[in-house]
Amino acid sequence: MTTDILTPPRRARFALPQGSLAWRAFAIQAAVLVLIAAFLAWVAANVVSNITRLNINTGFSFLSRPAGFEISQKLINFGEAASYFDVFLIALLNTVVLTAIAIVFATLLGFVIGLARLSTNQLVTGVAAAYVEVIRNIPLLLQLFYWYFAVLRPLPGPRQSLNFFDLAFLNKRGLFLPSPIFEPGFGALVATIAVMVLVGFVLAWMNHRHRTRTGTGLHSARAIGLLLLIPPLVVAWLAGFPLSWDVPALAGFNFSGGITVIPEFVAMAIALSLYGASYIAEIVRSGIRAVPAGQIDAARALGLRSGAISRLIVIPQALRVILPPLGTQYIVLLKNSSLAAAIAYPDLMLVFAGTVLNQTGQPLEVMIVTMASYALIGLAIGAAINLLNRRVQLVER
Amino acid sequence: MRKLAAFLKSCVATPFNAVLSILTVLLLAWLLPELIKWSLIDAVWSGNSSKACEGHDAACWVFIRLRFDQLLYGSYPVSERWRVDVVAALAVLCIGMMLLPVRRAGARKLIGLAALCLLPLVATPLLAGGFFGLKPVPTTDWGGLMINIVIAAWSIATAIPLGLLLALGRRSGLPVIGYACATFIELWRALPLIGVLFLAVVMFPLFVPPGFESDRLVRALIAFTLFNAAIFAEVFRGGLQAIPAGQREAARSLGLGYWRMTALIVLPQVVRIVMPGMINTCVSIIKETTVVLIIGLVEFLAVLQIAFSDPEWLIGDQIRTTGYLFAALVFWSLCFALSHYSARLDRTMTSRPVDTPAASPAG
Repeated sequence: MTTDILTPPRRARFALPQGSLAWRAFAIQAAVLVLIAAFLAWVAANVVSNITRLNINTGFSFLSRPAGFEISQKLINFGEAASYFDVFLIALLNTVVLTAIAIVFATLLGFVIGLARLSTNQLVTGVAAAYVEVIRNIPLLLQLFYWYFAVLRPLPGPRQSLNFFDLAFLNKRGLFLPSPIFEPGFGALVATIAVMVLVGFVLAWMNHRHRTRTGTGLHSARAIGLLLLIPPLVVAWLAGFPLSWDVPALAGFNFSGGITVIPEFVAMAIALSLYGASYIAEIVRSGIRAVPAGQIDAARALGLRSGAISRLIVIPQALRVILPPLGTQYIVLLKNSSLAAAIAYPDLMLVFAGTVLNQTGQPLEVMIVTMASYALIGLAIGAAINLLNRRVQLVER
Repeated sequence: MRKLAAFLKSCVATPFNAVLSILTVLLLAWLLPELIKWSLIDAVWSGNSSKACEGHDAACWVFIRLRFDQLLYGSYPVSERWRVDVVAALAVLCIGMMLLPVRRAGARKLIGLAALCLLPLVATPLLAGGFFGLKPVPTTDWGGLMINIVIAAWSIATAIPLGLLLALGRRSGLPVIGYACATFIELWRALPLIGVLFLAVVMFPLFVPPGFESDRLVRALIAFTLFNAAIFAEVFRGGLQAIPAGQREAARSLGLGYWRMTALIVLPQVVRIVMPGMINTCVSIIKETTVVLIIGLVEFLAVLQIAFSDPEWLIGDQIRTTGYLFAALVFWSLCFALSHYSARLDRTMTSRPVDTPAASPAG
């Protein structure tokens, strides 16, 4: 009996529960399992009987049928005979592009406002705090309506559009931006840049190895910078600067040329970025405040300048705190992008769970595809942030 | 006075700060006077029809005044609106109980909270009517801010207990229950709220036997409850993880069973830790209630949108902007008050240790 206490009990993979407590746990779990199974079976039986009763088609064969409706923003053109699957891809891409752009702008603005809240200038701190307190406490849908119905829709027509340096134009039909034209020789430029980036990486790695082994050597950052700048410029000059811009110009009653961004996209991007920025600002602020003041004092005592303190001491430690909630915020942004349905931006939710569902009358399959897509994009964002997070986490011995 | 001096000094402490100050002042000088002039000074306050605002490029508060009742009650019958008022008064009473200073701080807060959570049970029959000679009012007639509050109150009152059970289940150590709860939580957290509402509208009739009718509001409530229960579960999980294992072990060694240990030892500490997180979730629930307009419930924003398209009020863009400004003020004051309360709780709780040390035993 004495060995019972000292040696850990042997764990068998399959063993009957021992003792009354273990039996009780077993019984509770068995009961819960049975209840869950019964509930799922009940729902499944209901679904089957409802489907037969209402004569609903099943299966995913509808995906290859022609869709036959128009979408106001198509980043892939499948022509007239686009199938429901093509429509799915278009809508998915619309959601992804919107989310990506909103993430970029929300992050930039969020970092600026988060840093502003930590400024030593109390006026700046106050304005940044007011921004966060106002934007965070107003429903996103209301902000979206404001930007779309009260700001963008009342804009003047193309002839009186807001002119940004004759390059970009904003009017009630949308935002008109210059688009790049890749001329022959652009491929050579891209190839040169790619080769130089590769060479730069190899040089930096060799230099780093040399420095860690001997403690001497060059600071290679400037040399690599020159490598990335001069050869591409030379190639670009030789190829006659193979990139030009197609600037939108007023032709008749509308603009032609360039990229047209529909007003729904502009409203979504503005609202999502401003709203997301107010949350990201708080994440950034708490991340930087989490770096102990002693770290900064110690860095100063070592003679580091303020730029080096930020780069080497504060940012690496703050990122550890910032990244996990930032990833969560990106996923929230993705989920919020589905509010697009309210102003008819053709995103996944509106096009697929709305129009396609109504046309095909197959709610089960359409909802499963839609929800799985959101879950998968969310997982992808989470995985990307985790990858980044692993690089900045403290490695303890 | 000293504060003002410190403030001014901080604005010009370094050349960089001085430049920032100038830029900020310019920004404020560009925005604020315009905003105040548009929304207060030039605004139209008096009048009885859209005529008063026609041609005025400034806020038209007449529009809000004339539509005020509709914004609050939707198309709830005018003769029955006192019922909504009674419910609102009860809610204010409960909130007042949580805020007013009474001697036993913990108890009054809990009583207020419990009353607030039980309020929907009393309020819903009163609003729906159909007994004691109260005229029945179908939920299709409910609308305006009232519907936002009903949804928020119901989903907060149901999602908190459900979320707590889910969080306890996830950490119970029983593998089947743990996995079931984790799956449930992660599933709902992966979906956008609009998707969940679409599910509730489109899929609910498929999931239940024919003849099981339920109206749109109930479906939205179910969607909100399940969606937010998953979020509350994560909030509670954070709190449960923060309780030192020694607390549980001590409770066990005193002979407490699982439920008594949870109710008497663990939860009182958890509630203290997660209170700010819970209130922040409540704030986002209040904001999210506006989304139900997408599935056709006539909540506050929907009433506004309908009012904008009234031909009588198609007199210019200032009507829309005024409406949105008013909606922003309403939601902002609700949410700001709550999040301010949560921030205050956070401060009072972090200034006092969760684990109040007992007096050292004599001898």
